[in-house]
Amino acid sequence: MANRTPLYDAHVAAGAKLVDFHGWDLPLNYGSQIEEHNAVRQDSGVFDVSHMTIVDVSGADAKSFLRYLLANDIAKVTVPGKAQYTSMLNENGGVIDDLIVYYFSDESYRLVVNSATRERDLGWIEKNASQFDVTINERPEFAMVALQGPKAAEKIKLVLGEEAFAAIDGMKPFMSAQVGELFIATTGYTGEAGYEIVMPGEAASKFWDQLLNVGVQPCGLGARDTLRLEAGMNLYGQDMDEEVTPLESNMGWSVAFEPSERNFIGRNALEKQKAEGHNKIVGLVMRDKGVLRHGQKVVVDGGEGMITSGTFSPTLGFSIAMARVPATVGETAEVEMRKKFVTVSVVKPSFVRNGKSLV
Amino acid sequence: MSSIPKELKYASTHEWVRNDGDGIYTVGISEHAQGLLGDMVFVELPEVGDVVAAGDDVAVAESVKAASDIYAPIAGEITAINEELEDSPETVNSDAFGDGWLFKIKAEDPSELESLLDAEGYQAVIDED
Repeated sequence: MANRTPLYDAHVAAGAKLVDFHGWDLPLNYGSQIEEHNAVRQDSGVFDVSHMTIVDVSGADAKSFLRYLLANDIAKVTVPGKAQYTSMLNENGGVIDDLIVYYFSDESYRLVVNSATRERDLGWIEKNASQFDVTINERPEFAMVALQGPKAAEKIKLVLGEEAFAAIDGMKPFMSAQVGELFIATTGYTGEAGYEIVMPGEAASKFWDQLLNVGVQPCGLGARDTLRLEAGMNLYGQDMDEEVTPLESNMGWSVAFEPSERNFIGRNALEKQKAEGHNKIVGLVMRDKGVLRHGQKVVVDGGEGMITSGTFSPTLGFSIAMARVPATVGETAEVEMRKKFVTVSVVKPSFVRNGKSLV
Repeated sequence: MSSIPKELKYASTHEWVRNDGDGIYTVGISEHAQGLLGDMVFVELPEVGDVVAAGDDVAVAESVKAASDIYAPIAGEITAINEELEDSPETVNSDAFGDGWLFKIKAEDPSELESLLDAEGYQAVIDED
């Protein structure tokens, strides 16, 4: 039987269509994924992301360990509570996982990694930690929800009350604060304002019900995928994996080559690839009828590539995709769809932000 | 559980067929099929006047999740298509057995209907999935 989050009964009660997601029973939708998508763009929605793996790293060497383990440089972060998007690479520069690190102090950090890669991630972290004075502590007792949308602040205020809300009022993106038993971060996977909230598992269903009672739409994996793709955010296992580097995956911005003396796993491979040139991820837009899909072949100036993620964009009303193609790509591309080639436009891989079209 | 109207015939590929009389049959996809596909975003229909054989892929239902071929359950000529679906493909989700119909077909040989499933037979197909 698949794993269940503390919110399993709440999903069943809300009429969720549940699917097996990498060993977890999670909601695909609660009726219509497009309605859930639109709720997040226009109002607010909440996702159960309790399947995600939370790992606390502490100890005298915590900082130097993470500076070695991760491609971004956590030393750039000096404000307690601040978060950083980063990745964990193998020696070839291949992406083992992408993750968010929260900085509490030079001796205390929290990592949130993907559940699909949990065992590989934990094994890699443990293996590399052996040379450092650090303690690795997975936190399976926690549940996590993502409250996203332009009205997320208004809704969480109704649930927390004025006093508790003051602790996070006006908090900038990629910050976090501990508010009572809630760890509240201004992060997300939708391209909207909002929060990711970590709490003890036994507190989750009450918090979830409170959000639904103030009119927040429960949202499933279907809406989560269309929202993140419109926002141009990668999905691990689809847009990147161990066979490609962050440079080929629109994550070059999260690799810190400076300071040059910092040695991190995968650095040599990335430097070599940077010098030699590499493929890149672009956005594709198709205004004709039809939907771009993962795995479709893309022909561009100078070579061929593949769609890594494609969908119908509910916000835009037409199809969008991310594709990994040779860097020689021009302004259009030909996509092989159902035995014929269709011309699509090439754009930056980011389509919708804060409810507004970018294409 | 999705409902399966008793008065319709079904193909194992999830199309339903309704006898409109005069040799004309309306075709759609079942409630179960729309549930599997999820939110519909495009429906590609055949042309009126197309002559099709049973089993031909004549239409495509494209949802956010996947594109799915729709097969002609019987042979004949397409006499009408549901043009409303051009602007409102979601009708297939909200009313699969009614306003979400796809096309009408004039049967070449109405006895072909006998080879289709009844409600009970179709339920068995769903249960096997």
